Amino acid sequence: MHSLLNINSSTAINYLPIAIQLIFVIGFIGTMLALSAITGPKRKTKDKLETFASGIEHHGDARSPMAVKYFLIAILFVLFDVEVIFFYPYAVNFRTFAADPTMAWKTFMAVLMFVGFFVIGFVYVIKKGALKWED
Amino acid sequence: MNLIQIIFWFLSSFAVISAIMVLVSKSPVHSVLWLIAVFFAISGHYILLNAQFLAIVNLIVYAGAIMVLFLFVIMMMNLNKDTDPQKNIWIKLAGAVSGGCLLMVLVSLVKQATEINGKEAMLGKGDIGLIGTLGKVLFTDFVVPFEISSVLFLSAMVGAVVIGKKDSKLENN
Repeated sequence: MHSLLNINSSTAINYLPIAIQLIFVIGFIGTMLALSAITGPKRKTKDKLETFASGIEHHGDARSPMAVKYFLIAILFVLFDVEVIFFYPYAVNFRTFAADPTMAWKTFMAVLMFVGFFVIGFVYVIKKGALKWED
Repeated sequence: MNLIQIIFWFLSSFAVISAIMVLVSKSPVHSVLWLIAVFFAISGHYILLNAQFLAIVNLIVYAGAIMVLFLFVIMMMNLNKDTDPQKNIWIKLAGAVSGGCLLMVLVSLVKQATEINGKEAMLGKGDIGLIGTLGKVLFTDFVVPFEISSVLFLSAMVGAVVIGKKDSKLENN
């Protein structure tokens, strides 16, 4: 049986603490929500269940279509998010690469080039003003 | 039943129930939340198969980023009561029949596939899917595809900006 504090995460059993934590989190939140729902007072009048809008009577529908500019921001976020994914394998291997003199600069240059392309894209996005918030 | 089997059956039933809830939910936002639950269950499966990189990518990219895109698509569409899709019984029946046919084809294909018959999935062993192993391969043998993928991201970025951003100079002329 592996120790729960084993740093070497090469098998699935090392994820047991994370699973225990997830179970604890879900159980804790579920218990708290259920407790407050059961023990809390409930006064469901029509005025109370109305959507809160700082005392002003609400009008219209909240489901109005959003502008496409939000979507552009979201897509750019996804691209940079995927970029971060590629750093994980490099970060995990960083020490072994740095110890190997033939690999150290080669891999570093590869990552630098990878980031360089993203910097070009970032400069393009900034220059185009794609992140500028306008109506 | 050992621990891994119990976790497997729990994750599988959780994934299937969540996937059914994606379809059953009336509110599209609830569907997206159930889809996140499906992704978490699949990530658990990846960890059981020792594909840890895939598990992390699945959580960060799919449960994190792609779900944001889904939410934005839902927000962009006008999902009012009056624009609901039609609820014709015949269309529902046709959908159920065609979906059932697809399920039948998939099940029969899996049953006929001799490559996977009587084989067991490697659970909790093997180090091909570990982040460290993947990094070693990625930065030694597959450096060129790695760089090409960044060019792909660059082109995606340019494409998104060109399509999504209205050109102010073009409008002024």
